[in-house]
Amino acid sequence: MEYQTVIGLEIHAELNTASKMFCGCAATFGGNPNTKTCPICLGHPGVLPVANRAAIANTILLGLALNCEVTPRSIFHRKNYFYPDMPKDFQISQYDIPLTAGGWLEVEMDGYRRRVGITRVHLEEDTGKSIHIGESGRIHGAEHSLEDFNRAGIPLAEIVSEPDLRGPEEARVFLQLLRATLEYLGISDCKMEEGSLRCDANVSLGVGGELGTKVEIKNMNSFRALSRALAYEVERQRFALEQGQPIVQETRHWDDAAGMTSPLRSKEEAFDYRYFPEPDLVPIEPDADWVEVIRARMPELPVEKLHRFEKDFKLPPEIATMLTSEKAMADYFENAVQTGQDPVELAKWIAGDLAALLKDASIPIDACPLKPTGLGELVALLAQRVISGKMAKDVLREAFESGKTPRVIVADRGLSQIADSSEIESVVDEVVTENPEAAEDLRQGKEAALKFLMGQVMKKTRGKANPSMASDVLRKKLG
Amino acid sequence: MAISIDDVEHVAKLARLELSGEEKETYRRQLSDVLEHARVISEVDTEGVEPTSHTLPLVNVFREDEVRPSLPVEEVTRNATWAEGGAFKVPRII
Amino acid sequence: MDIIYSSGLELARAIKDKEISSVEATSAYLDRIEAVEPRVSAFVNLCADDARERARQIDRAIAAGDDAGPLCGVPIAIKDVLSTRGFTTTCGSRMLEKFVPVYDATAVERVTAAGTVMLGKANMDEFAMGSSTENSYFGPTHNPWDLDRVPGGSSGGSAAAVSAGEAPWALGSDTGGSIRQPAALCGIVGMKPTYGLVSRYGLVAFASSLDQVGPMALDVSDCAALLGVISGHDRRDSTSIEQPAVDYLSRLTGEVKGLKVAIVKELSSEGIDPGVLEKIKAAMDVLEGLGVTCEEVSLPSFSYGLSAYYLIAPAEASSNLARFDGVRYGFRAAGEFADIWEMYDATRAQGFGPEVKRRIMLGTYALSAGYYDEYYAKAQKIRTLIVQDYARAFDTYDLLVSPTSPTTAFKLGEKMDDPLTMYLSDICTIPVNLAGIPALSLPCGLAGGLPVGFQIMGPPLSEQKILDAALALERELKFDVRPVGLEAG
Repeated sequence: MEYQTVIGLEIHAELNTASKMFCGCAATFGGNPNTKTCPICLGHPGVLPVANRAAIANTILLGLALNCEVTPRSIFHRKNYFYPDMPKDFQISQYDIPLTAGGWLEVEMDGYRRRVGITRVHLEEDTGKSIHIGESGRIHGAEHSLEDFNRAGIPLAEIVSEPDLRGPEEARVFLQLLRATLEYLGISDCKMEEGSLRCDANVSLGVGGELGTKVEIKNMNSFRALSRALAYEVERQRFALEQGQPIVQETRHWDDAAGMTSPLRSKEEAFDYRYFPEPDLVPIEPDADWVEVIRARMPELPVEKLHRFEKDFKLPPEIATMLTSEKAMADYFENAVQTGQDPVELAKWIAGDLAALLKDASIPIDACPLKPTGLGELVALLAQRVISGKMAKDVLREAFESGKTPRVIVADRGLSQIADSSEIESVVDEVVTENPEAAEDLRQGKEAALKFLMGQVMKKTRGKANPSMASDVLRKKLG
Repeated sequence: MAISIDDVEHVAKLARLELSGEEKETYRRQLSDVLEHARVISEVDTEGVEPTSHTLPLVNVFREDEVRPSLPVEEVTRNATWAEGGAFKVPRII
Repeated sequence: MDIIYSSGLELARAIKDKEISSVEATSAYLDRIEAVEPRVSAFVNLCADDARERARQIDRAIAAGDDAGPLCGVPIAIKDVLSTRGFTTTCGSRMLEKFVPVYDATAVERVTAAGTVMLGKANMDEFAMGSSTENSYFGPTHNPWDLDRVPGGSSGGSAAAVSAGEAPWALGSDTGGSIRQPAALCGIVGMKPTYGLVSRYGLVAFASSLDQVGPMALDVSDCAALLGVISGHDRRDSTSIEQPAVDYLSRLTGEVKGLKVAIVKELSSEGIDPGVLEKIKAAMDVLEGLGVTCEEVSLPSFSYGLSAYYLIAPAEASSNLARFDGVRYGFRAAGEFADIWEMYDATRAQGFGPEVKRRIMLGTYALSAGYYDEYYAKAQKIRTLIVQDYARAFDTYDLLVSPTSPTTAFKLGEKMDDPLTMYLSDICTIPVNLAGIPALSLPCGLAGGLPVGFQIMGPPLSEQKILDAALALERELKFDVRPVGLEAG
């Protein structure tokens, strides 16, 4: 049976405005419970919302970055439902007339490029947070909950993709690109681990052009969780269909520890949100001038930067993707390129060894102890054959850990490779003299002898001989 | 427009109102009466008529992105005797 | 000086001129309240000590030569639907019986800044839903003109307080007639401004697209003064008209010659008491005598106003009242609950009265899946037709008139059995709220010994013209606002 995987994503990004969407409380992360609240975001009787201009502008900017049309007249709607983290038991959101709609985001993977449709980007307010008190601290099995409204009212941009994603990997790449876009625009902290970027998915399996039943997947709290959850769900649905079992349209919760999705059972009311236009807010009609002012803020976006890196610096796609996935990393690279060293080399070091060091140490790249100029230095030393590739790795590590520049480290440790041809020649001569049988074997064409003799050369030079130069000399003498 | 007891129960659930059997029947009757009376509007020709959500012609009313003082947490919880550590305690959700 | 039944402006002048002190005025009203409240029950809570302290402060300020505001030192009653910082605000409901707000409504801030002294919070139909104040959790208010009758609603406490001489003036709120109808039934002046003229910040919402705060007083000039103080742009209300406050009082002339006025046919025939209609016609004759052209106009969409209102208002209310859930403030049902859903259900069942529950369910139904288009959306289209009918009429006429209420004050309990009968009390006032236009009710005589209200409606932002017409009529009619029979007994 040939099944077509169909995935749509619904992403919420907290906007990093200074104040909340409808009141002046600080929109920052953390703090003791209910220390960043006021009558408005607590839903006290008689309060009224007033819309945050910057949040609207940032949402429009995001829509423009995703190639959407700006809706000439959009309104807020009330989404009515009861939940203890809801200060008003309705959420001010947008329904059928969002701020922006009808765009796309081009993803690149495995040598192909695809446009994934963006249905809409709209603006709404975040809910408070429930802290579940019980054995596990999770909602199932809790004894009671404590409600904290610090987060209530923070502006949320909601991005809905068309059901255009054809697999878990494509979905992950799409989400990473979207995250990078948010980061480049500077409008969100977009950290999944802090909850400023959240993602739900709709997964269905179609057969022969017929759409399958959609299942909503929630609680994927990292990119890895997203991949695993989607892969699991696709497999779960495939297995069920192959057994002849129908897929139930439901919401399923991803359990990262158990590695599976399960139905979310609760006594919540039927999902009839009874949307109606928000009477306490007036329509938004962004005029052409305002939209242009917003558009002028658009920086070079990840996809543009990616293509430019591929074209101007001849970077391979995977490396270019990795570098542009984070603006700070892309900036680091471009600064390193200023040193005049080979961009491809620089890129490989950043995307490879340096990225690994940063990850292990949990340091963001803009706090990297090795500056771009330092990396340039390292690559220069390598290009000049002062050090070997293997040595360079060590030097990198030491530079990262000590903050000393590569040149200084090489000098301190006397690490310079012997790349002087006459010096290498004299060492090779010594080795050949001391090892006549091996030398004879090499003359006979036995590769193993080369290895042995190379080992001797490296031993004599305490590892400092430039390997390629040494083997050239050996071959010349005994080839 | 007759509403059934099922309708009343469904609506009461959406509105989170607990009703006794007697109340359900009383409300069923009264809601049916009001809706029956309101049904006259279905006779009116509203072809091409836009709904009015606001009688004001206002658009684009915004505030600047400025932080203003929040409430001290004692003020936040003063009307909730069940508050704990500055947070609002509620019975379990699931 | 006879303090009780002096107008607010007369009292302000007297206090400013040091003829009397604010403390004297405040004490006089507190004494009056003590004498009359057992019969009228206009107030939910009184703040006598705070009032006296504030009156003292104002007197000190006046003595020091400071500006104590245009309404300096004059007492006022505030409908318990307006948020008053540090003082209980109940909205006539068990849900908020002990609720103490942490902020003041804008309208309250402004009357306070103008120098008034709050005597207490006036009784009302629960969450402003009703036309008789019989839906108050704290018991009904009695009409000072006949204590066995209702004062009207939902601002019945405010109207009765003013009518009974317990306060010279009051703030009320109007969603479907809740200022005008009780003003009519109690024989005082009440006004609903243009939607957006007075800030709704701090007005506990019933139907957000219809609610407005407004003045209730013994005469037109007092209304003009209060309106001037509370109106004007408020950046805390996104639906607030972007214009500064207007000084209606200083521009009040009472000039009406040459105005063209029409009575609305659909609000002046079927279902209106003949006694009421007689007084309305008499008032129109008076206007004619003053040089006003009086005609009749038919606005067919008005026949559907009641139906549209009883879908739109409850729909918005069902959403506005969802926040009363026992989580962050207010009433929470006692006992242990298996889960929060049971807590919600019990809290709301016990915290709300029957009329509120009825409207919440009606509104929820009108918005629910499958019914939205047929009910809510359709009602909003009827609303457009009403807006258009008014606009068309105002092309020809300066002002429109009608009775405020189809009847005079009815007996307590008379309309409580059948909600629909009660809803019909609002038939004349509702179209005004649906269209967002301003309207005022002026007492124009007695029918069967009970006050009759004359409603004057105008296009958006025509408050000055309405006030002028009302003043002209008031001067001619010379209606005595003091309820006959209250003093005895």
